[in-house]
Amino acid sequence: SRLLAAPRQQRHPLPKSPNDRCTLVWKAHSVFVLKESQSFAVNMFKGQINPSQVFPFPSVLNEEQTQFLQELVPPISKFFEEVNDPMKNDSLEKVEDSTMEGLKEMGAFGLQVPTDLGGVGLTNTQYARLVEIVGKHDLGVGITLGAHQSIGFKGILLFGNSAQKEKYLPKLASGETLAAFCLTEPSSGSDAASIRTTATLSPCGKHYLLNGGKIWISNGGLAEIFTVFAKMPIKDEKTGEMKDKITAFIVERSFGGVTHGPPEQKMGIKASNTAEVYFDNVPVPVENVLGEVGGGFKVAMSILNNGRFGMAAALSGTMKGVISQAVDHAANRVQFGSKIHTYGVIQEKLARMAMLQYVTESMAYMISGNMDSGSKDYHIEAAISKIFASEAAWEVADECIQVMGGMGFMKGSGVERVMRDLRIFRIFEGTNDILRLFVALNGFQDAGKHLKSLQKAMKNPLGNAGLLAGEVTKRVRRRAGLSTGLTLQGSIHPELSYSGDLAVNAIEHFGVTIENMLFKHGKNILHEQFVLKRVADSAIDLYAMIVVLSRASRSLSQGHASAQHEKILCETWCVEANDRIMKNVRDLKSNSTTQIFKNIKAISAAMVENGGTVSPHPLGF
Amino acid sequence: MSRVLVGVKRVIDYAVKVRVKPDHSGVVTDGVKHSMNPFCEIAVEEAVKLKEKKLFKEVVAVSCGPAQATETIRTALAMGCDRGIHVEVTGKDYESLGPLQVSKIFAALAKKEEASLVILGKQAIDDDCNQTGQMTAALLDWPQGTFASEVEIEGDKVKVVREIDGGLETIKINMPAVVTADLRLNTPRYATLPNIMKAKKKKIANMKPADLGVDIVSRLEVLRVDEPPTRLAGVKVETVDDLVAKLKESGTI
Repeated sequence: SRLLAAPRQQRHPLPKSPNDRCTLVWKAHSVFVLKESQSFAVNMFKGQINPSQVFPFPSVLNEEQTQFLQELVPPISKFFEEVNDPMKNDSLEKVEDSTMEGLKEMGAFGLQVPTDLGGVGLTNTQYARLVEIVGKHDLGVGITLGAHQSIGFKGILLFGNSAQKEKYLPKLASGETLAAFCLTEPSSGSDAASIRTTATLSPCGKHYLLNGGKIWISNGGLAEIFTVFAKMPIKDEKTGEMKDKITAFIVERSFGGVTHGPPEQKMGIKASNTAEVYFDNVPVPVENVLGEVGGGFKVAMSILNNGRFGMAAALSGTMKGVISQAVDHAANRVQFGSKIHTYGVIQEKLARMAMLQYVTESMAYMISGNMDSGSKDYHIEAAISKIFASEAAWEVADECIQVMGGMGFMKGSGVERVMRDLRIFRIFEGTNDILRLFVALNGFQDAGKHLKSLQKAMKNPLGNAGLLAGEVTKRVRRRAGLSTGLTLQGSIHPELSYSGDLAVNAIEHFGVTIENMLFKHGKNILHEQFVLKRVADSAIDLYAMIVVLSRASRSLSQGHASAQHEKILCETWCVEANDRIMKNVRDLKSNSTTQIFKNIKAISAAMVENGGTVSPHPLGF
Repeated sequence: MSRVLVGVKRVIDYAVKVRVKPDHSGVVTDGVKHSMNPFCEIAVEEAVKLKEKKLFKEVVAVSCGPAQATETIRTALAMGCDRGIHVEVTGKDYESLGPLQVSKIFAALAKKEEASLVILGKQAIDDDCNQTGQMTAALLDWPQGTFASEVEIEGDKVKVVREIDGGLETIKINMPAVVTADLRLNTPRYATLPNIMKAKKKKIANMKPADLGVDIVSRLEVLRVDEPPTRLAGVKVETVDDLVAKLKESGTI
């Protein structure tokens, strides 16, 4: 299967120890690599610009879809403003029953289920717009809905056969049954491939017996339908040996043997039910295998990848909400004789909050637009958007509290609840740390392939003279700091050409850095996490520059009233992002950072040895 | 004869901060959030409830205005009305459209559609006229039950509990009749997504006032629109004597 097919130029043996995390992260996620990708992110790692998915800013809704969406927004907003009580949900540590009923009647549980199976049949972009409303008001409810439809039964939508779809989707769409996604186990979080829940085929061959325990399952205590991942021994076609592979199953609580633990007590999203789920000899009919037998890992990663844009959309709504509160406070609070929004310190906070929200929103709708247009290789962008959105939202909420001062700290303002709700977003659905490795390694893999094909061309230089001459010139010019003719002219609005130049310059430097890292480390780049993190940070900043250039260009071209405001958001972002990228590029070249990496390793090792901080107390005791 | 006509008006949303146009000819409406007049929502809810009680066969939602008025009709359809009628009025005609013209349109439609009951909101939150229901009844020469906080159908009569200054007044009027909805009549339902989807299939007929033989020329001309004067700060006094002195000073007593 593609899962274990090693990329062409990097045939290395299977990881020797199950702890070879980086290898597994990379290989596991390599299911997404496609040839001749149109993805901007994939190409930027090669120092190339492929504008097809990013310019112009996607507008994918036709008139009917736009009109329909416009009709959906007011009732949903009204429901969340008037019926849902986020403070009550937070203190009860559950979504109020009347609210759940209202959401079910509203149709909120089957937004992307096709209409002929009882759902609302929304496209990704339409779904993003509605999820933005939920994110603005109540993330606890957002996770209840998201755990159900964004991941809980998404597998059935993506991989289910028609029998499975017809059997399960109608009741899931109406909310009569709730769904949960069961992957994580006590000893398997980021290392999802190491799960231990087993599925054993019964002697009669009609069902599998599921045994194991899952932890931290959202909706675990409420769900009727579970997407469960378990391992089973599969015969490898080529070698004939038995290997443990993961299979995805649709499991009904009514099959018997499914129990769950009490609701976990959490820092935030308290209204969302989180529980352990145990499977004790649960008989699962063979018809309930989801996707291919042994193809469960791909199913899991596809589900998570497919739902990721929703997080950026929801969080852009959350940020809008807290920003309104911060602005309202700053515009009215008087200290030292003036409204505090007249002070530079506050102005900087508000402006940065606005930029972070603008980037997140732009990413969310660019990605949902690409997905709706049929793109299949959006995985790097989706990962980037998840990392960016979760960290931006945390920063924005934190700064909102700071602007509001003591009031922000008080329960009554509601912002502390938002802050507590937001913390988990950097952790679940792929920790931001793992996703950074994923972004960097994916990029390296494709760039590496490109270099390999160049190496091949070198073996036949006369036949490939043109290609080689071009590549050599490009490299010589880049290393001399000269431009190689890459340009965004024609793609972006002329008023943004300076920012566009910054982006192009950044891409050129980024491309060189990637190549240098590959030359320096080769396939051991897998293990250079300090490098990978900085590469990922640069990739995120680069993609962010491009999305705001695209969005601001569109606003300028369409003559929006806010176009000039968006222009300065875009320009400010690009100047600072470019600075960060250049710093990362310099750091990755410098010897002092190599020393820093060594220091970091040593400090960490000493801490582990000492069980904590190492230096003795300044007082000696 | 088992049909209810409900009027719905598209107005600036109640939560929006209204701004006067720089030329003082009216208020800013471009790019401003609009929604169904809250009293019209209550009217629609009442009509749909009566239909659900099987007292009427069909509820028709009517709105007068430009193309965007169909959005408001669609909301009414999503709440349970069966079909809609959009009476198209645009541009300067729309700016000068007021209760007299609208009531003429409604009177014509009530006759054309053979409605037994016309339910309207008691007033619109943009002009606060509180006239359309009353004028419609007068033009039709039908009885009216205005400021309704309770509506009950008893055979071919309607019992209406009206909210009046002195308290509550209960009247019984013959159908066909006009009723206007007050705040406490009911709590409007939320349009659910499945109902919005179903509403897409319901029909909205389009017509012009001329098709109904109605002349919408306005007899009123708006001269100027101004914001209310800014509220002046109050003054705090220490004692009752100070208060009396200040009141005498200002000429109030």
